[in-house]
Amino acid sequence: MTESSNMTERGEPSVEILGVTKRFDEVVAVDNVDLAIEDGEFFAMLGPSGCGKTTTLRMIAGLEFPTEGRLKIFGDEVGNLPPNQRPVNTVFQSYALFPHMNVQDNVSFGLRMNGVDKKEAARSADELIELVQLGGLGNRKPSQLSGGQQQRVALARALVNKPKVLLLDEPLGALDLKLRQEMQTELKTLQQEFGVSFVFVTHDQEEALTMSDRIAVMNEGRLLQVGSAEELYERPANRFVADFIGETNLLDATVADGDMIILANGTRLKAPNPHATGTKVAMSLRPESIEIGRPESIPSDYQATSLRGVIATSSYLGHSILYGVKVDSTNLNVRSGAVAAHQRFVPGDEVAVWWDRTSDWVVPDDEPVAVTSEAS
Amino acid sequence: MSIGMQTSKGVGRLLKINAWLVFAFFYIPMIVLVVFSFNASQRVNIWGGLSARWYPEMLRNDEILSALENSLVVAAISTLASTILGTALAIALDRYRFRGRGTLEGVAYLPIIIPDVTMAVMLLAFFAQAFRFLGNIGPQLQLGLYTVVISHIAFNISIVAVVVRARLGQLDPALEQAAQDLYASRWKAFRLITLPLILPGILAGALLALALSLDDVVISAFVTGPGGTTLPVYVFSAIRRGVTPELNAISTLMLAASTVLVLSSLFLQRAPKQERTTTKEDS
Ligand SMILES: Nc1ncnc2c1ncn2[C@@H]1O[C@H](COP(=O)(O)OP(=O)(O)OP(=O)(O)O)[C@@H](O)[C@H]1O
Ligand SMILES: [Mg+2]
Repeated sequence: MTESSNMTERGEPSVEILGVTKRFDEVVAVDNVDLAIEDGEFFAMLGPSGCGKTTTLRMIAGLEFPTEGRLKIFGDEVGNLPPNQRPVNTVFQSYALFPHMNVQDNVSFGLRMNGVDKKEAARSADELIELVQLGGLGNRKPSQLSGGQQQRVALARALVNKPKVLLLDEPLGALDLKLRQEMQTELKTLQQEFGVSFVFVTHDQEEALTMSDRIAVMNEGRLLQVGSAEELYERPANRFVADFIGETNLLDATVADGDMIILANGTRLKAPNPHATGTKVAMSLRPESIEIGRPESIPSDYQATSLRGVIATSSYLGHSILYGVKVDSTNLNVRSGAVAAHQRFVPGDEVAVWWDRTSDWVVPDDEPVAVTSEAS
Repeated sequence: MSIGMQTSKGVGRLLKINAWLVFAFFYIPMIVLVVFSFNASQRVNIWGGLSARWYPEMLRNDEILSALENSLVVAAISTLASTILGTALAIALDRYRFRGRGTLEGVAYLPIIIPDVTMAVMLLAFFAQAFRFLGNIGPQLQLGLYTVVISHIAFNISIVAVVVRARLGQLDPALEQAAQDLYASRWKAFRLITLPLILPGILAGALLALALSLDDVVISAFVTGPGGTTLPVYVFSAIRRGVTPELNAISTLMLAASTVLVLSSLFLQRAPKQERTTTKEDS
């Protein structure tokens, strides 16, 4: 493989992960991941529990070493360096504040280890403590702080070293909802202030979508897609991402010729897509982009993007109504605007659903295969 | 319903009586011992008035003094050595995954559960083999105070390892990783973070080792040699010639010493202070 030449245009990535695999005995925690994180980017890693997010982050930090592949930070090969020789710092999920040291000693620890003299280190620590709004609490022990305050100490302790990349492993996981939203804004502000890339692990997709410039979606050790919130939501690369990000209906189908797909029940639908004839695919339809009406009311332009079915369930949600529509053996969720009670469909009603030709999205049906080997 | 309540009331009363009986069973002999160590009479079974004369008296007995010195030497050296080795063992078992760890784990704690006599016979057999082997290539060795030291180290390593490991188990492994992430070398991370946090456990283990070494009689009696009599071994052999007020006084002192040591150890082994509090955010 040859080195690509677009590096000069984009500037050097802060972190580059090249073909990295990490195995723990029989478990493949991270499976051949390639990833480049831009300088100054707020980057989230999202995926279900056990998908390898933490392991990836720990490899960047040097707390875990890749079984295969290479790792670069600003172009320097770091794959085998111990954590204390890497220009990155970590905010741990448990915060990992040193319980026998006060806040100031916690925050100045990294500087002291780097040989900064005591006075200077204490001064810089105080500055950061002030910045994270803990001014005056420098003499407290971590056990004398609330969860949110401990979180801020952990942030200050990492940022005081001016890392080139800040790694955060579910830093907001232990906070209650209100504090969490407050910290989300604060994190974003800090990231812009420091101008360094934040690599942020979470399994809360709303958090990832609202905070990040780009998001990597992982499942079972594999990287499935990297993109902006909008890209992931509107143009998922595969079935898993379509299903994982937001709510959607997935209809199994096969690609037919001439921009058509054929559903399992034989219905032909118009759905332009780049996949070869005969490919097994799934069509993703978001519940809010489907229209619902009486069978005879399908607009003429929409005949090729419509289905007939029967109402199975109907739930009133205040601002909208959620219908479950049975189309042969599959169930479609359809969200429609609230209407007066007598205009609502009730279970048993025959209906038609249709959608705009731009609102469907066809993904290859590559149900990710399990990469976890059986224990012997 | 009411029958059940009555029964449970009855059981409760029985349990209470039982507790008092056990308490009495434990402490009456101790009280007798302590009281009679302050008996003025030469005869141990006749009360001759209150006096502390046996305490200074006992210090004029050369046999007792040399046994005391032996005990202190053995206790000091074996405690120091077993504290270092036991701590290292605890860290290795807690942290590193290596071949044979499971086996070592089981074997490491064996000295705590096997009977003293078995341990003593094992050690004696070991020394016999070692002496024969060494005798073939050079020095002719025999049992002495140093074999007592070696034996005490052997059983105290397990005690220290158990206590230190309990402490290590309460530590968040992320603490040391955080230190390394903040540019500390492995050694510095250990010295500045882990060591201070497990220090109470190490001290607790050392105090327990000290107490066990000072109290041990069976193993010491087996593996000791000429000039190697420790205080408990002296008491054990002297008592066959009859209980004397002096022996009561020594035993009282030993009782006091081990009580202090064990209580301090337990104090240090209390769970560390809660790491998190639920104080309200004051901003
Ligand atoms: N030290 C380890 N030894 C053995 N297996 C491990 C180790 N660390 C992680 N694993 C395994 O690797 C896989 C990925 O774990 P990882 O912690 O990276 O997941 P995660 O995406 O962070 O999950 P979560 O959202 O639950 O934190 C899991 O199957 C896990 O059991
Ligand atoms: Mg994780």
